[in-house]
Amino acid sequence: MKQLKGIGVSPGVAIGPAYILLTGRIKITRRILKPEEVAREIRRFHRALEETIRDLEEVKKHIPSEMSQPLSIIDAHILMLKDPSLLRETERYIRESFMNAEWALRKVLSRYQQIFLTLGDFYLRERIHDLEHLIDKVILTLQGQNNQASLKEPAVIVAHDLSPADTARLRPDTTQAFVTEVGSRTSHTAIVARSLGIPAVVAVKGVTEAINPGDLLIVDGLSGEVIVNPTQEVIEEFLDRRLQCQERRAFLSKFAKEPAITTDGRRIAIRANIELLDEIPLALEFGAEGVGLYRTEYLYVTRRDLPDEEELYRSYRQVVESLHPQLVTFRTLDIGGDKFAQELDLPEEINPALGLRAIRLCLRNPSLFRTQLRAILRASLFGRVRIMFPMISGLGELRLAKEILAKVAEELRQEGVILQELPSLGVMIEVPSAVAVADLLAREVDFFSIGTNDLIQYALAIDRGNEEVAHLYEPLHPGILRLIKQIVEAGHAEGIEVAMCGEMAGEIFCVPLLVGFGLDELSMNPQTIPAVKNLVRRLSFEDCKNLVKEALNLPTPEDIRALLLDWFKKRGLTPLWEGH
Amino acid sequence: MIKRKVVIQDDLGLHARPAARLAETARKFKAKIYLKKGGQQVEAGSILDVLALACTKGTIIEICAEGEEAEKAVSEIAELLTQKIS
Repeated sequence: MKQLKGIGVSPGVAIGPAYILLTGRIKITRRILKPEEVAREIRRFHRALEETIRDLEEVKKHIPSEMSQPLSIIDAHILMLKDPSLLRETERYIRESFMNAEWALRKVLSRYQQIFLTLGDFYLRERIHDLEHLIDKVILTLQGQNNQASLKEPAVIVAHDLSPADTARLRPDTTQAFVTEVGSRTSHTAIVARSLGIPAVVAVKGVTEAINPGDLLIVDGLSGEVIVNPTQEVIEEFLDRRLQCQERRAFLSKFAKEPAITTDGRRIAIRANIELLDEIPLALEFGAEGVGLYRTEYLYVTRRDLPDEEELYRSYRQVVESLHPQLVTFRTLDIGGDKFAQELDLPEEINPALGLRAIRLCLRNPSLFRTQLRAILRASLFGRVRIMFPMISGLGELRLAKEILAKVAEELRQEGVILQELPSLGVMIEVPSAVAVADLLAREVDFFSIGTNDLIQYALAIDRGNEEVAHLYEPLHPGILRLIKQIVEAGHAEGIEVAMCGEMAGEIFCVPLLVGFGLDELSMNPQTIPAVKNLVRRLSFEDCKNLVKEALNLPTPEDIRALLLDWFKKRGLTPLWEGH
Repeated sequence: MIKRKVVIQDDLGLHARPAARLAETARKFKAKIYLKKGGQQVEAGSILDVLALACTKGTIIEICAEGEEAEKAVSEIAELLTQKIS
């Protein structure tokens, strides 16, 4: 048994034999044509194009017409293969430089690669990969190797990379999941996989070498885990889990869009944590009442230079508009300086978690911060927006950040932007000192959002990335529960709402405690929303408050865990992992 | 030669989907149709060259057409470019 880890990009779990698909990386040779061969070579080129187009048309037939996204991608690909410029240039290389069609195509491709590389827009720049895939396909056809054996038995597809058309060709009845060596959450492949509902894990390093054809694989498209040749025990556990999940999921999805109201009438807002525009439809489908945490780092880490205000504004505006009338909470840049070493000329840090990151980085580089705030404020005109600052440790930082926000708003007004009221402003409570001064912070913001991942890490002094101590990371530590209690009370004493957007908010096992603490909002991965909502509907606020009282009297995490297990059991509830 | 200037309205700019619709429309006509942005000029029927023009929202584009039904082509394409697709 071997365990590999990548990025889960399309949720779901699957088990099946590996089917290795060879794509990309085609070796071609340069051949110099004799003048009398030119006409034949051009005909050969056209035949290969036509055959590739026919293949794509065939793929289209297998896609249901309601799946507009994969269909429109393939349409765009067909147009690329009919592109007059591509045809003319390739023919010109064949005719004038006596190149074979394969070589000519590569030449044309490299010209486009150079052009696309300089484009400022990340999305547009990525389209070059579509062309790379297409040209590889044409070359394979030219070389007569394009007989992709069709899948008869259900299998897990393993490949270096898959083109969107490859992905679309993989029909859900024979494809259980796919695993690729490269890719990201935003590759077309990932998007198509999500819309087809095929579990997928990308960016699994060394996967094509680590897996042999026929190896049994378990793929978890949410956690990004890939288990190679699992033991019988693991398989059985997995099969049970999958069956349970499927049943639960079908049941829960029926009520996903209903609100989460306890039996005694307390409503908890259940929101989603997301970072990409294309996650929004799924989040709404799962019943998210808006977005409680929109991570804004993506546009900064996917490129070498910094995004400008217009690019940020366009992206944020789309997010705001797609969620309207639900709200979206933008967390300002929460990133370490190491990501910008080149742009901002920052030294390397020994301990980045305690270093120049998040709000500290923004206050050190006001222009970076101002650009983002301007973009958020401009986008806020198109729907309901909240802003929150990450990693605030005390009032000094909050006031500085608020001052910059106020200045930016004033500038925009002077430029004629009609900002009637500013978005609600909150702070992430994730640094222990912020908990200690939560009563003071609460007077100067509109809401709190507890970031449990960092709060637990800083409060317990545990680096989750360090194998030696990771097991000591414990959300149910009495110290953590007391911190949460203190935050909620400090917020409510000043009449502001208190949310939680860390992983803990989506943990079924912790939900009764969180409800009992009086949290007003829980924000989590979209997939867990239906299960959390369902549980909240079966709880009574009073009962949960009593649970909290009891838990706070217990000395160790083990005691609290035992109390919770018993509590769930007595009420006929299942505290199991029910997320997906 | 028929010419008309338009401003790209779609929030995403001329991305894959609108560029595909543009190419399809342009290919229906016998007229030669070009898009000009600044000093660059590309064939409207070439989805690759259109994408490479990198037209974001607010970009001013000049549509030029010559030949049969040039006027109709320009007006259809102008309509397409000023639509909001996304």
